[in-house]
Amino acid sequence: MIAQTWWMTHRQLKALLRQPGVLIITLVQPVVWLFLFGNLFRRIIDLPGFGTASYLDYLVPGVVVMNAVSANMWAGMGTLEEIERGTLNRFLTTPISRAAIMNANVIVQALSTAFQSAIIVLLGWAAGAHYPGGPVGPIALVIASMLLGAVFGGLSNMFGMTLRQRESIIGLSIFLLLPLTFLSTAFMAKDLMPGWMQNVAAANPVNWALESARGVLAQHADWSATLIHGAWLLGLAALMVWLSTLTFRTYQRSV
Amino acid sequence: MHVEAHDLVKTYPSDVRALDGLSLGIERGEIFGLLGPNGAGKSTAIKILTTLARPDSGAATVAGHDVLRHPDRVRRLIGVVAQRSGADPMATGRDNLMLQGRLYGLGGAALKRRVGELLDRFDLVAAADRAVKTYSGGMQRRLDVALGLVHEPAVLFLDEPTTGLDPEARAALWREIDRIATHEGLTILLTTHYLEEADRLAARLAIVDSGRIVVTGTPDALKGELKGDAVHAELRAMPDVPAVRRALGTVPGVREVSVAGRRLSARADDGAAAVPDVLAALDRAGAPVASVTVARPSLDDVYLRTVGHRYAETNNGAE
Repeated sequence: MIAQTWWMTHRQLKALLRQPGVLIITLVQPVVWLFLFGNLFRRIIDLPGFGTASYLDYLVPGVVVMNAVSANMWAGMGTLEEIERGTLNRFLTTPISRAAIMNANVIVQALSTAFQSAIIVLLGWAAGAHYPGGPVGPIALVIASMLLGAVFGGLSNMFGMTLRQRESIIGLSIFLLLPLTFLSTAFMAKDLMPGWMQNVAAANPVNWALESARGVLAQHADWSATLIHGAWLLGLAALMVWLSTLTFRTYQRSV
Repeated sequence: MHVEAHDLVKTYPSDVRALDGLSLGIERGEIFGLLGPNGAGKSTAIKILTTLARPDSGAATVAGHDVLRHPDRVRRLIGVVAQRSGADPMATGRDNLMLQGRLYGLGGAALKRRVGELLDRFDLVAAADRAVKTYSGGMQRRLDVALGLVHEPAVLFLDEPTTGLDPEARAALWREIDRIATHEGLTILLTTHYLEEADRLAARLAIVDSGRIVVTGTPDALKGELKGDAVHAELRAMPDVPAVRRALGTVPGVREVSVAGRRLSARADDGAAAVPDVLAALDRAGAPVASVTVARPSLDDVYLRTVGHRYAETNNGAE
């Protein structure tokens, strides 16, 4: 199965490298957020509770996770295309394991998310953001974005395979992206959010990713926040990947 | 039997009964054709036999293995060329073939040799390192068949292999399928909605209608059963059907009269000799004839007799 996963991953990476422009173009949006929001809300840092030297410092993790959610929400489109083209059926009649097909999707999504997150971190740094916790902060942020990507990539794949409509994936993305981002500490410090929003945020995986990254991005690392939220995120990501592999059964019933 | 299906039933969630007790048996090394209009259940049968879909009830074995209990064993032994090209359009033809081989656990020099061989055989050497999206329809279809053959399967499934191809590309693919069958001793299950294709390629064929098999036999035997020539007439106006039937009933040697719109078909022991009498009888019945043809029995006639209407009528507008 490891060999199969590798060959399936290899196939998708090769396709990705054949058109690297796609990765770059999808970065335009987060970069706009970074510089628009960064400038628009620059003075907000005067309020207490952000715990960073500038609003840009605070904003970088927010934009990284928002990009991870939005980019991975489209994963189902690729799966849908493979179904329509007959490629998925071709694989399913070979001895390849279903888990290898899904694992390859997850790995490719995780690698491209990591690449995009790293670019955003670097662009933020170039624009003057500081990561006072040292290299461990950005590394934790990139890992958290990969796990969060796996959660939403798995969800999107399940939608694609069971509903098999582009509209449902677009709908899912529109329905979830903004509420989940704004019901988290992506752009606003926790203490400044209304109480009910703080409660919702506590159960929001997007917020888990932020909490686990912010724990070690700060000058004085809070490893327990990073590890606890990281563990929740890892568990949820594993659950979503497992569920999306199970979706092959539903697919087989309707094919 | 190398491929066997018993009483397959499959209903889709949308309440479409795609298969309604389909059974068939295919001998080792035989090209078996499933002929029927779109929606008759051919593709569903293929999906079940290739382990893609599960039937509601019924059983099937392929190359000695149960498709429901041991799908993994079946998958190692079959090659599948589905209706929709499953090739990755962004990858080259060679990459597609290499990956397909690797999914079966092949690799190294042996896989490279096999891929080279297939590219050569399907006349794709010049295009091997170009992205598949630049291929013509015929080239893509040849690559699809090559993909199904990489691991040298024992049973090959071809689901409407020539649909959408121009006549020239179709003829080329037919020649290649013929060659595979004679040289490699593969068992092939072919579905088609072209009568001509079934006639040309299949050693035996079955006509499928509404999810079951209506008749099975060699093309020649099926045509031979019809005894006599087909007489087809095109009438000038919509006829009075009972009157036409009565009139033709008096012509000796003419039987199996059927009327669909202005098209009339009948069977006669000696078609040419019967034509003057048929014309006279139709004239008397007030149904003058615009044109008339006499033909040796064709698969279309077999279809008409077993399913009850002409093949073209069910297929019109289906695609």
